Amino acid sequence: MKKFLFILTLTLVLAGLFTATTVFAQGGVTDDEVNAIAKQLYCPVCENTPLDVCPTEACRQWRELIRLQLSEGMTEAQIKQYFVDNYGARVLAEPPRTGLHWLIYILPPIFILGGAFILFNSFRAWTKPQSVEAGTGGESGAASSSPERDEYVARFEEELKKRK
Amino acid sequence: MTETTTPKRGVPLWAQITIWVFLAGLLVLVGVTLGKRQQGTVQPGDAIPDFTLPLFSGYEYEGKSEVKLSDFRGRVVVLNFWASWCKPCEQEAAELEEAWLFYEPSGEVMFLGADYVDTEPEARSYLKKFSITYPNGPDMGTKISQMFRIRGVPETYFIDQNGALYYVKVGPFTSVNEIKTLVEQKLP
Repeated sequence: MKKFLFILTLTLVLAGLFTATTVFAQGGVTDDEVNAIAKQLYCPVCENTPLDVCPTEACRQWRELIRLQLSEGMTEAQIKQYFVDNYGARVLAEPPRTGLHWLIYILPPIFILGGAFILFNSFRAWTKPQSVEAGTGGESGAASSSPERDEYVARFEEELKKRK
Repeated sequence: MTETTTPKRGVPLWAQITIWVFLAGLLVLVGVTLGKRQQGTVQPGDAIPDFTLPLFSGYEYEGKSEVKLSDFRGRVVVLNFWASWCKPCEQEAAELEEAWLFYEPSGEVMFLGADYVDTEPEARSYLKKFSITYPNGPDMGTKISQMFRIRGVPETYFIDQNGALYYVKVGPFTSVNEIKTLVEQKLP
């Protein structure tokens, strides 16, 4: 029992020491705190790779800079603004809602609504003749399939035959 | 017997025109953007628009914290894009400094370093490591590199006395003589 307690205590002490060393060696800023901001940024050198998972040296330097800025007390918004000022708005994972960037937010809903409208109209047009055959109404559709129309066509063809 | 047909209700003409104009505008925008991406770097013979390069503290030029390309009209300008994380840049750092020290007394040639997508502490370490003394500064907002449409670092642009580009070096220089040969193409 004593041996078990000794091993347990030792493990806890070592784990505590390791955690404390890791955190304090980085100025009290954890990797999670750095990555929470880093995942919102993209380095222009490594397109399409978020900063938090980018393995290049340039991205490692950026993450270290974020860590340094966090340890200096800068807020998330201030850090993101610093990166925008230094490297341009293209580093942001979520483009700012200004200028032409608005198109990114406006176009998809417009296209979706436009597509839905076209689909709705198409489906309505396809279903109309069926409802006419079922006798539910629709004057223009009825004109092409009603008995009167058939009779007229028959008479018309008869007249044509006579004229030959 | 007469037959009357009811006209179909469609999308109004103004709406159709608006939609087509909008789609055409969008296509033009996409085309222009893609075209720019495919253009490659600026080409020899192109006049380089003026730009401002802020300088790192300690790397100012004649006491100025920023310089403009137009400040050096009448001189050959060697504009080098580099970064501290760029290993090939290290291969040419000493050569560029040596060439600068060679031409500095004459006043006929200006060397400028534009630090691309870098962090200032690392950039300063790099400049110190290679004892670089010519004016250097960050490419803020990557505006200058976008203007030159660089594809990576290192890249070096040789601009003549009239502000026109006359040579682009992609990749690191292999010797000081290579730099001197290119500079002297435009020296009397």
